Amino acid sequence: MSEALEAEVKTNPQGDPITSTAAAPTTQVAKKDPHGEAKRQKVVSPEYMFFEAPREREFITGSECAKEAVRRSNVDLSVAYPITPQSETMQLIGVLYGEGYVKEYYRGEEEYGVMSAIAGASRAGVRCFTATAGPGTLRGIEPIASWPGHRLPAVAMFTCRVVNAPLAIQPDNIEITYLLNCGMILFHSENQQDLFDFLMKAFVISEKNDVTLPVGVACDGFFVTHARGYCSMPDRGLKLPPREAWRGAVPVLDAENPPARLSRDAPVQKSNFMAYNIHAVWQQEVWAAVERSRKYIELYMGGLVEAQNLEDAEVVLIASGSALAQSREALRLCKDKGIKAGLIKIRSLRPFPTAELRKLCKNAKLIVVPEFNYVGWLAKEVATAIFGYSKAKIIAGPHVYGGMSMPVEMILDEIVCGLTGKKSSSVPSSDIMGATEVDPAEVSHFLQNI
Amino acid sequence: MAVRFNIRMAGVGGQGVVTGSHIFSTAVINAGGESTIVPFYGSEKRMAPVESYVRVSDEPIYEIGEITFPHILLIFHPQCITHGKSYTNPWYFGLKKDGVALINNVGPMKLQTDHAQELADLNVKIYYLPATKLSLEVAGIDLATNMAMVGAIGAITGLTNMEALEQAVKDRFLGKGFVVSGGTAALDSVVERKFKKKAELIGKNLAVVKAAWDFAEQNGWAATQKTTSTGQAAATA
Repeated sequence: MSEALEAEVKTNPQGDPITSTAAAPTTQVAKKDPHGEAKRQKVVSPEYMFFEAPREREFITGSECAKEAVRRSNVDLSVAYPITPQSETMQLIGVLYGEGYVKEYYRGEEEYGVMSAIAGASRAGVRCFTATAGPGTLRGIEPIASWPGHRLPAVAMFTCRVVNAPLAIQPDNIEITYLLNCGMILFHSENQQDLFDFLMKAFVISEKNDVTLPVGVACDGFFVTHARGYCSMPDRGLKLPPREAWRGAVPVLDAENPPARLSRDAPVQKSNFMAYNIHAVWQQEVWAAVERSRKYIELYMGGLVEAQNLEDAEVVLIASGSALAQSREALRLCKDKGIKAGLIKIRSLRPFPTAELRKLCKNAKLIVVPEFNYVGWLAKEVATAIFGYSKAKIIAGPHVYGGMSMPVEMILDEIVCGLTGKKSSSVPSSDIMGATEVDPAEVSHFLQNI
Repeated sequence: MAVRFNIRMAGVGGQGVVTGSHIFSTAVINAGGESTIVPFYGSEKRMAPVESYVRVSDEPIYEIGEITFPHILLIFHPQCITHGKSYTNPWYFGLKKDGVALINNVGPMKLQTDHAQELADLNVKIYYLPATKLSLEVAGIDLATNMAMVGAIGAITGLTNMEALEQAVKDRFLGKGFVVSGGTAALDSVVERKFKKKAELIGKNLAVVKAAWDFAEQNGWAATQKTTSTGQAAATA
């Protein structure tokens, strides 16, 4: 295809010419097509893209990783409303739109509108991407919680930040606890590389016919989005196959399948047994689909968890997100102190690796779950999963709040206290809130002995 | 066992604390090590508190965020201590047992009694480096104070060397590829003049780095581990 021809071909996802863009004057046919590189992208299979394509390593921010993932993911539409620390990511997606890698892009009126627009676009059969953070996530959560029930494949990135008062823009990941029970698939990335890989794989998993669900990819804001890390990426001339909604599990809405059909049979107006029954099977099917995504997570992502040094471990650390990065350093400190410590990395929060943890924690004596939030949602998930399958003592902590960096020494202190029975200074929230008297002298050892 | 230092650098706006931390971090990477930095400051104005957190190691670094419990603490300005101009108060908070505090001051400072006691309990080694004085004597300006701090910490950690530091300083002031891609002959007179100025600037900065490195070695602060020019850390002690 000549450069001249490329200049004339700018179409929407349906193949119609985009009329809102002024046609290039015929005298400037020799001008380079800004969409030229995007048009030359070659479609490759997910398997080739993820496992075979040669990769090059770059030192880039998490936001740039998200941009590069979207560039290679054949995304049709992206809508978002800016909020720190997500703004940079969506600004970069705007750059991709300018270069023709994303076919449609606009700023929504606010998050409720954004998430509703994603629902409409996904139902119309195109591949959608959005991102938000903290208060934006909560503002958009009503439509987000309706996505799984409507069986909408889409990918949403959550760059976690504080949501509760006193408000801050810092990376506390408490918003994940609100997303856990929406019915969507949810991954938590540890670093920039994870973010890149999880996003691309999320598009593929989301659109599998026996899944047909939205996928959330969370990362801790700033620590991942604004910091640079190494990311190995396949060539930008490659892209995933397009979404093929015509062979999806749910028919797309168009003139032949009008949305009125759903309203006509809406169970919401009928308070009778059928209505309850419909709701029950609907939700059962959503959560069964969440479970069915396991095989694809195993295939593409190497499993829901990754275990390290579990043999003869005196203590097992279980973590996700940035708490993992800190836990890796805690392993190093444990090694220096002669403590045998193992680590379980949790990639997927939904589906939750219940079976995997029951197996891995069978002989564990002490489990420590460090988290970047107050409520300890991961510790609760872990305790629920392994109850009755492990006799391990579970320490919900250490916790840091409001976006504070977690000193690795806090994790080590928790481990030492768990092993010796000494009282920890970074007590689980239950101890802080409960009636337990805390002796200041007893806990002051922390600051003295690190 | 891996060599690992978590370093908190505290100073005031205008001293080049963040620039210094960048140069030191790059120099450690140039010498074959690993390093990350996290700068931390509020409004950017002269004499306002600044902190920068540098992690250096000969192994991969996973940890993110600020450093609460450093092995080494750098105080770029005595006012961090005397005026409490620090995001961390008291200024030594979190310093690990047997840690090192490198303070820019001519000779020992009179510390608050309880602070001095706590530092003694923690067995902290306090090194006083006349960084601003060295900068004035060697470079003729006080703006190379950060270079003196960088030189001393290079010797103290033993994770970099003068060649790697020189490259890092050049990278910072000339940008990567500037010198190698375009010779001075190809530059027009304006750029040439600027380059001459820059070369002089780099030369003076490096002289301060070297003077502080030597000062640290003469006072017995240098690490027992020496880094060779090829970047391989070898135990010599």
